Amino acid sequence: MHLNQDKKPTLIWFQGLTCNGNTHSFLNLSNLEQLLNKFEILLHPSLTSTQSFHAITKCKISCDIFIFEGTYDPLMKRNGILVSKIIEYYALCAKHILAVGSCASFGGMFKASAPQRNSGLIFNENEKKGPLLKHQHKLINLSGCPVHPEWLEYILNMIAIKKEIKLDELHRPIELYSNLAHHGCIRNEYFEWKIDANNFGEKEGCLYYKQGCRAPMTHSSCNKILWNEVSSKTRVGTPCFGCTEPDFPRQNLFSTKTNMSIPEDVPLGIPKRSYLTITGIVKTFHIKRLEGKLIDYKTTD
Amino acid sequence: MARITKEKRKTTIISAALKLFSQKGFYITTIPDIAEKVGMSVGNFYNYFSSKDVLAKELVIFISEYLGKNIRKINESDLSTEEKISEIVSMYFDIAKNKPEMIEYFLRVYLSNREVFRDGCEGMICVFPFVTEMMMFFNDGVECGDLQDQDFFSAFGLFMGYLGGMVFLFGEKILPQPLQEYEESISLNIYNALKSR
Repeated sequence: MHLNQDKKPTLIWFQGLTCNGNTHSFLNLSNLEQLLNKFEILLHPSLTSTQSFHAITKCKISCDIFIFEGTYDPLMKRNGILVSKIIEYYALCAKHILAVGSCASFGGMFKASAPQRNSGLIFNENEKKGPLLKHQHKLINLSGCPVHPEWLEYILNMIAIKKEIKLDELHRPIELYSNLAHHGCIRNEYFEWKIDANNFGEKEGCLYYKQGCRAPMTHSSCNKILWNEVSSKTRVGTPCFGCTEPDFPRQNLFSTKTNMSIPEDVPLGIPKRSYLTITGIVKTFHIKRLEGKLIDYKTTD
Repeated sequence: MARITKEKRKTTIISAALKLFSQKGFYITTIPDIAEKVGMSVGNFYNYFSSKDVLAKELVIFISEYLGKNIRKINESDLSTEEKISEIVSMYFDIAKNKPEMIEYFLRVYLSNREVFRDGCEGMICVFPFVTEMMMFFNDGVECGDLQDQDFFSAFGLFMGYLGGMVFLFGEKILPQPLQEYEESISLNIYNALKSR
């Protein structure tokens, strides 16, 4: 599939049932202007566009890249026209379809209002079901609540230079989603020694044992490609909510589900028996340096 | 004549040492006692274990692995949680009856001489094969809705403390009935105490 060589690829950003979180996230991209110069923006909810919303909903023009934000609701209308009709039209003519955010990817937060009816574009949580299934060969899921602006930038750049984008089984780019949010977490020493953070917002301690952190089982590069180039949830003491996964949003996001003090979910790919063995042994040791506030620890008396 | 492998020889020493330690006590039993029991020289004994303390720790690991292996079989079976409790109780009492030195060593040496096990055998280091399987048992029981979610050590103490206490009474010849006679009622008591409400 090749984009038109002579002109900039055209791009439409269309919204379903959404909080605009992905739109706002994208606006925080530090080099947004350079990126936008590579495309002709036919429609974007917040950026200067060459077409009107009215014109886009009439489905008379085509685009190279169709970006969809929000949960798909088959009963939803925009400008009096069913969203299903609009997305079917653009899915057919576009060369690339990007589902940005977890709502468009898997149903996400806005699926909750009508769980039997609403879904993502080709997935309903992790089940292959959605209005654009027959166009799945050109669809990329960029899950996240919201999508990381640099992940979207990376994919748009890959499309602009016509590079192949390899996807995982949930249609997420492997390059961005093969990492776990755990990778690069600055609390990893606390995870190794099984030292809990007792409250969210604390600088010390691991958030996995009590605070509900899903980083060890969440595919995301949040701690590798930092947010606003400086931070991440776990760096400021908030647990990872697992927002890039199909089962997001889960309940009780700030507490770890345990069975008799044993975490219900253990780090991805680690057998629970092995994990419990390691944990039991490690908890035998007490590392004084890691048990209190780091600034209070004295290396000499 | 076939040569006895080093591993088999080691198992023989472990078996003899378990009996001597649990019968005579840890401090009274000497390495010459153990060597004599297995028919080897004291010098040769040190080819297998570098000290009495090292042997003591190896024995705990040996018992823990034995218990862990048996509980794992029960954990991986299709039994209900209530049936698994009965199987664990039965297995534990069976060891207490047929291999009493194992439980005796655990109760009378490991739990009573902590100074021997302080360095290199503290916490869960030597008992993890057994404790891990008990963790798996409790985890699975809660996950399937049979057991009430609570602190692991509250449940673990209730289960193993109860069994240890009964075996102690059995060892002291205080129980009026054979240990196996209590299996059913004890299993039911444990299940009733731990089941979900």
